[in-house]
Amino acid sequence: MNTRKLLYSVVLAVGATTSVAWINSPDAPAGTVSGTITFTGTPPKMRPIDMSKEPSCARQHSTPVQTENVVTGPGNAVQNVVVYISAGDQPGAAPAEAVRYDQKGCEYLPHVAVMQVGQRLEIYNNDQTSHNIHPLARVNPEWNKSQPPGSPPLTSSYASPEFIAVKCNIHPWMHGYFAVLTTSHYSLTGNDGKFSLTGLAPGKYTITAWHEKFGSQSQEVTVGATGTVPANFEFKALPY
Amino acid sequence: MDPSPALSVGPEQAHRVEPAHSGHGPPRGFFRKHVFSLDHKVIGRQYLDLALIAVATGMVLSWLMRFHLAFPSSPVPGLGTVAPTAAAGGIMTPELYLALMTMHGTIMVFFVLTTAPFAGFGNYVLPIQVGAEDMAFPRFNMMSFWVTFVAFLVLIAAFFVSEGPPISGWTAYAPLSALGKDAGPGLGLGQTLWAVSIAIFCVGQLLGSLNFIATTLDLRTRGMTLMRMPLSTWAWFITSIIGLIAFSVLLPACILLILDRVAGTSFFIPGGLVVSDRLQPHEGGSPLLWQHLFWFFGHPEVYIAILPGFGIVSHILPVFARKPLLGPRVVIACLVAIGFLSYTVWGHHMFLSGMNPLSATLFSVPTLVITIPATIVVLLWIGTVYGARMRFTTPALFCLGFISVFVSGGISGFFLAQPSIDTYLHGTYFVVGHFHFVMGVAAMFGIFAGTYFWFPKMFGRMMNEKLGKLHFFLTLIGVYCTFMPMHYLGLAGNVRRYSAFTDDYMAGSLPLHKFITMAALFTGAVQLIFFINLFYSRLRGPIAPANPWQATSLEWSIPSPPPFDNFGGRIPTVTHGPNEYGIEGQPDYIMQATLEDLPEHA
Amino acid sequence: MGKLLAGLLLVITGVSAAVFAARIWWLPPDISVLGVGIDRQMGETMIASGALFVLSQLVLAIFIWQSSDTSKTGPPRIFPGGATPMVVIATLLVGAEILVLTLVGTRVWGGIFLSPPDPHALAIDVQAEQFAYYFRYPGEDGQLGATHPELIDDGNNNFFGLDPANDIAARDDIVSGSLVIPVNRPILLNLHSKDVGHAFYVPDLRIQQDFVPGLNIPLQFTATQIVKKEIVCTQLCGLGHFNMRAYLDVESAEQFQQWLRDQAP
Repeated sequence: MNTRKLLYSVVLAVGATTSVAWINSPDAPAGTVSGTITFTGTPPKMRPIDMSKEPSCARQHSTPVQTENVVTGPGNAVQNVVVYISAGDQPGAAPAEAVRYDQKGCEYLPHVAVMQVGQRLEIYNNDQTSHNIHPLARVNPEWNKSQPPGSPPLTSSYASPEFIAVKCNIHPWMHGYFAVLTTSHYSLTGNDGKFSLTGLAPGKYTITAWHEKFGSQSQEVTVGATGTVPANFEFKALPY
Repeated sequence: MDPSPALSVGPEQAHRVEPAHSGHGPPRGFFRKHVFSLDHKVIGRQYLDLALIAVATGMVLSWLMRFHLAFPSSPVPGLGTVAPTAAAGGIMTPELYLALMTMHGTIMVFFVLTTAPFAGFGNYVLPIQVGAEDMAFPRFNMMSFWVTFVAFLVLIAAFFVSEGPPISGWTAYAPLSALGKDAGPGLGLGQTLWAVSIAIFCVGQLLGSLNFIATTLDLRTRGMTLMRMPLSTWAWFITSIIGLIAFSVLLPACILLILDRVAGTSFFIPGGLVVSDRLQPHEGGSPLLWQHLFWFFGHPEVYIAILPGFGIVSHILPVFARKPLLGPRVVIACLVAIGFLSYTVWGHHMFLSGMNPLSATLFSVPTLVITIPATIVVLLWIGTVYGARMRFTTPALFCLGFISVFVSGGISGFFLAQPSIDTYLHGTYFVVGHFHFVMGVAAMFGIFAGTYFWFPKMFGRMMNEKLGKLHFFLTLIGVYCTFMPMHYLGLAGNVRRYSAFTDDYMAGSLPLHKFITMAALFTGAVQLIFFINLFYSRLRGPIAPANPWQATSLEWSIPSPPPFDNFGGRIPTVTHGPNEYGIEGQPDYIMQATLEDLPEHA
Repeated sequence: MGKLLAGLLLVITGVSAAVFAARIWWLPPDISVLGVGIDRQMGETMIASGALFVLSQLVLAIFIWQSSDTSKTGPPRIFPGGATPMVVIATLLVGAEILVLTLVGTRVWGGIFLSPPDPHALAIDVQAEQFAYYFRYPGEDGQLGATHPELIDDGNNNFFGLDPANDIAARDDIVSGSLVIPVNRPILLNLHSKDVGHAFYVPDLRIQQDFVPGLNIPLQFTATQIVKKEIVCTQLCGLGHFNMRAYLDVESAEQFQQWLRDQAP
């Protein structure tokens, strides 16, 4: 696991958590749902990516970058799981700040970018080579644009909730995801597999954990005026 | 039309004795006169005007491409404003480059090199040269132009669709062109518009070709035997036969492509393809089928573009050499041979396509053999220049320039015709240099020669000779500086259709690419002289007499510009071939037809 | 005017031919067994065509020069013998050239594309896709796993659509983004495409071949030097065409074996 990426995920998770806390008034009663995402079984082995085709990217990595379909952490933790409120929540207004999506060293940073419906997405090319960003949307309009080095950032946004696979056709190994959500309560797991949804008004919610390879799981939780409700998810992993 | 028994017709005369009734009276009203005209002369000029718009568009596209190739990381001036998504900040995306390339090729091949020398000049001149009042089917003729115009609009519309213009090249190789937007930007609606446009274009050219053939065979005037037809008419006639066969293959090919794209058929798409992570719902088609159909049209198309140039040069050269063309019958035989052989060589575009390698050796032979008639014609032109009293007018200069660039382009064909060498040169700039010389520049020189030659007839005014000569010399230098270095690039393995040269071994080609770009921009700028001359002379040029060049063919026996029915209701009687130059005494030529009682000026 | 044109044609011809002859831009050194024949064929064609090019432009320029002489009067001269010598010259000259080039060239072409595969050749499976090449070597079992297009998953390095869960032969397949080969050993590539048409072009090997979707196309060659060169695509395949490439890594037999061992999954 790449430390920078880990850092990035943690920062993003913390950022998401704090922004959620900020949106809700501190005086109103608010509960929290938190837990850990784990797997059972044997997950597939992540494999080194051969970037020899693009020397300008290969040079940026001293050891080969690994594929990121299933990234696991200590204690069978699963990284890159989007945990969000799929039912019971009011749609949150899209934050003013944009979600930043970087292409650096022929990798997508972060691997999964979570955004709200209508939130601005900014895509940067930090490489000396052309990339093309091809989000394979099915519900939202699909587009496919190139970004030569030195181009200004591409901006976009999505009108409907959807998990969108993103690929670069020029560098076939580059794969990522856009998670477009209606709710403002979401969390992206880091290497410890932990998530926390804070600032929830008392009530019944459906919480969904989504993973690009393992799929989705949901559970119902009831949140009180204060305190933390535990909710854990366990995915079944197969080696292939 | 029944031959009148009252008139006796000699054995050397054509079967028709009445003038060709155009089937329509003099035009009335603005629309009938200038827009939906049935007059072949107006239609011919409309084709030429369309080609002028198209060539200007195609040239601007090539400038953008050349700029990007020479300065890959510099923003193209103004492009960021025109195309804010495809070139954010003016930095050209690879898909925009490929779109420019596709549109440049399509516009130039179809809407310039097919319309101007064949449909444009052919329409204007052919009926007059055979002594007809109009084309055999004037309404088909009008339809032919307007259908072509619609095809052009449909193609241009591809610039304005959200996914952008097509990026699969003018050859639109399947399955890239057949799969739809999964295969990349521009391959959605833009590619469909491309296929629809070309299909419509085919209809227009089929109508035109039928008209040319019928007019040449049926509407020749008294005494105009086939062998007395000027070589320009011969070339248009042969070209129209080639076109009739070629476009009737491309039309169904385009329809099949459209069906693959919109109706879910799989003519050109095999099974098991995964494009942009999606398994495609097609199976059983063949990508090679598209290539065979396309090149069965595509190679003859090269001759559709260049044979009218052959005809124009063969027709104009003797006028200014003031001596007969050497071996006119041999030239006709060679044109027929080229026309026939052009249908046996398409496989040389596909040596490395994955078809049976044995067939490559078979396609190689006719490809090399077709150079024999082409060489004969070139030698006959050079032999015509021998011992001439050349009048170096602008059309004469362009004819001589045509010979030079055609030789340069033709000779590089020796390399590409051999599968063993094509293994190395295929897909490199060597090919780009080759076809731009032999098909692009040579055909353009033919168009220029024709324009400077027939302009006085069309508009009743002379073009400016000084500007014309300046235009010729600068263009000749420009095209050699642009296209000759492409052969060097090809030898060094520089690959074509690349929007940037990121590969290590191609990085060294950048200085040469810069030089080519400079030369291309220069050549483009020089064309402004032509445009200025064209517009200025149309308004202010000196009034042209009926026969300013002292030429023999029928169009010079009638006023400049000709009346709507060409011969003022008279029947031209042809007594001589078109080649009667350099005879003793004054004048040194004999007109083909007798029309003494007609006024010299309109 | 005629003298100006004649002079200009001579300058253009001279400069064009001189740059060819100086070989400032020329084929890179050949690193394959069959490249020798192609280079010889290229050289012969260059000389024959170059001579034709210079000769025809020269004659044209001379005739133009002469025809611009206004001092002569009387009827123009007709070329001695009329059209017949032209037909004879063209047919014999070009015909002979065609005959020679075809006879020699067919042997060179046949050597590359029509000769049966060497039984000792190293077989490598090559897949082209938008916009990369992937090369597959059989693992220790000497067998390649079956491919299933529906299982292709670029993001998980499964470019070929292998099914390791159910197909044991696929589990040890070695997939590489570079074509690593041993020197002086015949190589037999099996070219197939995942999506659209592509091509395999290595100028240094003097070899080029299209990938056709739906077809498996064999391509053989032998590299004679230990070098690293680029493989580029020459068939327009979409927006990333300009950046579609891979590296050809020719190594010694020992280095190659070591590389194979290092790659074992």
